[in-house]
Amino acid sequence: MGTITLSKVTKSFGEVQVIPPLDLTIDDGEFVVFVGPSGCGKSTLLRLIAGLEDVTSGTVKIDGVDATTLPPAKRGLAMVFQSYALYPHMSVRKNIAFPLKMAGMEPAEAEKRIAGAAKVLNLTDYLDRKPGQLSGGQRQRVAIGRAIVREPSAFLFDEPLSNLDAALRVNMRLEISELHQTLKTTMVYVTHDQVEAMTMADKIVVLHAGVIEQVGSPLELYNNPRNKFVAGFIGSPKMNFIEGEIATKHNAATIGIRPEHISLSTKSGDWEGVVGVSEHLGSDTFFHVKTKAAGLLNVRASGEVSARHGHKVFLTPDTSKIHRFDKAGNAL
Amino acid sequence: MARSVTSQRKTINTVAAWTVGLLIFFPILWTILTSFKTEADAIASPPKFLFFAWTLENYAIVQERSDYMRFLWNSVIIAGGSTLLGIIIAVPAAWSMAFVPSKRTKDILMWMLSTKMLPAVGVLYPIYLMFIKLGLLDTRIGLVIVLMLINLPIIVWMLYTYFKEIPGEILEAARMDGAGLREEILYVLTPMALPGIASTVLLNVILAWNEAFWTLNLTAAKAAPLTAFIASYSSPEGLFYAKLSAASTMAIAPILILGWFSQKQLVRGLTFGAVK
Repeated sequence: MGTITLSKVTKSFGEVQVIPPLDLTIDDGEFVVFVGPSGCGKSTLLRLIAGLEDVTSGTVKIDGVDATTLPPAKRGLAMVFQSYALYPHMSVRKNIAFPLKMAGMEPAEAEKRIAGAAKVLNLTDYLDRKPGQLSGGQRQRVAIGRAIVREPSAFLFDEPLSNLDAALRVNMRLEISELHQTLKTTMVYVTHDQVEAMTMADKIVVLHAGVIEQVGSPLELYNNPRNKFVAGFIGSPKMNFIEGEIATKHNAATIGIRPEHISLSTKSGDWEGVVGVSEHLGSDTFFHVKTKAAGLLNVRASGEVSARHGHKVFLTPDTSKIHRFDKAGNAL
Repeated sequence: MARSVTSQRKTINTVAAWTVGLLIFFPILWTILTSFKTEADAIASPPKFLFFAWTLENYAIVQERSDYMRFLWNSVIIAGGSTLLGIIIAVPAAWSMAFVPSKRTKDILMWMLSTKMLPAVGVLYPIYLMFIKLGLLDTRIGLVIVLMLINLPIIVWMLYTYFKEIPGEILEAARMDGAGLREEILYVLTPMALPGIASTVLLNVILAWNEAFWTLNLTAAKAAPLTAFIASYSSPEGLFYAKLSAASTMAIAPILILGWFSQKQLVRGLTFGAVK
């Protein structure tokens, strides 16, 4: 079991309230991602669940039991840190064994679990090494190993991949997703990278200044963002926002259109513009186009499109995919 | 361009370093040399440096006149005991200051340090009276307590500096892994801070070993350590430089040897965190 319920949780550091009253339910077995820009309170929220920070008011329940005042050790959760936080003076084996030793497990049973975790994480050959002798990816796997041997009711991940290089990050992303498929244990994952959020999550929680802007599945957030912030944060490249006359025509203060929902032509279209920067990725081409009617727009074209800097192009938005927002930025 | 050091410059640096080193060490060297002289050679003018009649007589007389082993044992108990007690108190104190600081932590640290600025003689009278009341005068336990208190600010400060270097996330990981406060300090913090703790222990053993004010004022016969042993040779009936030097050499020899063998640890510990 791994249900986590936060009710009316707040957190203040001194005079500053970083998390205003917040309610959230995380269901058993879910992969939940907290995403938001830096300083939005997502790590603080995770640490409140972990018990590493005390809530200022409100309650945290884990599996229906009030855990608000329980110390981290008693909450039955495991955490993987951004810096891996391995014990540098212990071998990989002892690192993974540490939570079992703390739980007072029989050495024979502990050894069996360590061997099991090492096999799953490809660490069998490294069990007698010290963390200092491992690569970043291996260290991260040890940290995950240390978390899974205890069979916790939920895993907490605090930006676990941000110290890895790009290629390794993609690999580890897959490994963590696979681990979730195998273990079916609740996972709460904090990241500032919306690609990680979109690819891994069952449910995304978008945070901004300590406030939950929207909760939903990745595609719900992509297709029906509740406000301008979520619309701009989810999706890459970012959604284009257009104000003024064009927005008024759609009865909105602002309209949003994703780069992939604008078609680009060299012959005709709704908005005429000039290509500024073009980014050729092979599979896609991204254009920054300066238009007179709608300002600077990002456009994504599938495959290789040969328009270059300074070329005159025509853009046409897919009107069925336009998002409309009122003055306060809420979706209409 | 990398800075190039010419061989001439290197020689100058080496000579300068040796000169400073010898200047600092000279009093100790002179004491050791004097301990092998006769009393007449010891006060000869001009002083004899290496060419004198070497003798072990002073050591024999010193050994005969006083029980060196008893003083040595007292020094070991007092220096070791006060350091051990200090570490036991300072580890949790430094832990709380480094990892759960309050608004006043810096002030408390400064206040602790400021107690070291008070001249010891300023509190001699009250401490002496307290010792009489508590029956601690001329006891080893009394000196262990006083020297522990005297050096506690330094122990806490040093450990605090080392603990600050340890990433808090590792201790948080231990907490998540089910460690209570005791396990966190015992299994994670202490092993990680071991180099720092070791140099703190060494430095404090040296400080306590050499402490002369309290050990001389609060002891008579039973608990007197090696500092009292040296002092007993500067007698009012006339100075016996050679015997005084022999006693001094015997008193500083153990700590000198300890310092020599642990110099790497000491230097590493004292410069820990200075360069990152």
